[in-house]
Amino acid sequence: MPGRVDSRSIPATRRLPETAWVVPAAVAGVLVPLAVLVYDALTGGLGANPIQRAEQQTGLLALALLLLSLACTPARLLAARFGQRLLWPARVRKTLGLGAALYATLHLGIYLLDRGAAPLQFVQDALKRPYITVGLLAFVLLIPLVLTSRKDSVRRLGFARWQALHRLSYVVAALVALHFWWSVKKDHTPPLIAAVVLAALLALRFLKKPAR
Amino acid sequence: MKSEDATDQAAEPRYSRRDVLRQGTLGFAGALALGGGLELLTRRPGTTGTAGPAEFAAKTYRGPYDTTEPVSRMGDITGYNNYYEFGTDKADPARHAGSLRTRPWTVTIDGLVRKPQTVDIDALQGQFPLEDRLYRMRCVEGWSLVIPWLGFPLAALLRRVEPTSAARYVKFTALADPKQMPGVRAPILDWPYTEGLRLDEAMNPLTLMAVGLDGRILPNQNGAPLRLVVPWKYGFKNIKAIVRITLTAQQPATTWSRAAPDEYGFYANVNPAVDHPRWSQATERRIGELGRRKTLPFNGYGAQVAGLYKGMDLRRYF
Repeated sequence: MPGRVDSRSIPATRRLPETAWVVPAAVAGVLVPLAVLVYDALTGGLGANPIQRAEQQTGLLALALLLLSLACTPARLLAARFGQRLLWPARVRKTLGLGAALYATLHLGIYLLDRGAAPLQFVQDALKRPYITVGLLAFVLLIPLVLTSRKDSVRRLGFARWQALHRLSYVVAALVALHFWWSVKKDHTPPLIAAVVLAALLALRFLKKPAR
Repeated sequence: MKSEDATDQAAEPRYSRRDVLRQGTLGFAGALALGGGLELLTRRPGTTGTAGPAEFAAKTYRGPYDTTEPVSRMGDITGYNNYYEFGTDKADPARHAGSLRTRPWTVTIDGLVRKPQTVDIDALQGQFPLEDRLYRMRCVEGWSLVIPWLGFPLAALLRRVEPTSAARYVKFTALADPKQMPGVRAPILDWPYTEGLRLDEAMNPLTLMAVGLDGRILPNQNGAPLRLVVPWKYGFKNIKAIVRITLTAQQPATTWSRAAPDEYGFYANVNPAVDHPRWSQATERRIGELGRRKTLPFNGYGAQVAGLYKGMDLRRYF
């Protein structure tokens, strides 16, 4: 038959790495809540006070993704304790961290839009309201982390410096937990859970194993 | 160069279809798991409530002090509520307050009165002509609504029971039944919810005992069958599901004041000049609008009530 390829020109198939799906799945998963949020905003699913609800949800998403990204290394270390060598936690860590930064930016953006007509009030708020000062500080500290999350950042900074800089993400998480705690009216359970999770992740990451 | 290279159509080997399918499925599932998990953790959908169960049979009258501002949407008024007895989310009361039985319901009026009584709610509201009043309501959190209450002045009720000359304050107590109210099963607040007014505040013509909303019976999530409306104070003073009214000589302890004494005071007059310790009170969001607006002293009812606080330091007595 004309055009039929013979066996010499059928390309040999390449194996997809086992965990190739993890990072694309993480990117998609991170964006799902944004899509749902936009849908909710357009269909009234955000309720009577949509700005407040969107502000609250983007903040929660930023915190959740931040904690998830901080869980990656402890997960890898835990797996290693059981003899499992996992590489994907380190790869998905960046996606989750950038997702946190995305929602943090949206959270701040919604807050700023809310104060839009009175930028003076924003400055006043930042200076007089500790929970806003702390939140703003957390956001500012996120910026260098986002800027050094490029593929070549580790090479350009040197691993030691890059790692030291990205330890800041724990500081950011602590500031966010405080911001959250100070912002709730009465029910301190969610911020308490976040603080406990963060403390556990810190312990898992930094507590040394007892010498064998 | 090998002869195979010259005949290759594609420059690179391809992934096997089975691999792509498998990884694609895993990826899809993973994305769903992460996205779904994040949604479970963070999504709190709002709700629009429903109108009250029935219209009032008796004739109602147009009351005084109507605001000229447009009334808020009923769906918002009945679907966006702070009523922690039914949960702390704004959508919880509309979802869960259906379990509250508002009949039979008795209200006890006692304390420093000459005619203490325990009266059935239907008998009580039958004693007074019911008025429609369109009031603004400002929550301490920084949002507000315009609500068409139906009720009778508290002053009319108090005159009937004849407070003694020793009576200085009115204390209100709400129902706190863990069987009907899921929020009461946890100590989110010190149940039962209690509130109070100075006697002259209670006797002010603005102060309303509300039994209805928009010409219909009050929905459960709005405080059925009887709630207090003091439009010049923050919303948390407007106690719902009242079971007891007590006239006292001492200022009563109030629930939010006990929960956070430096944040919620007894007077709780709407005051843009006195901030909540953690957030500003200078502006508010009218529900239904996107922008914010300036908060008015006494929620705009200064003409009727400012005189009650002449000479009082409203920063100290917040």
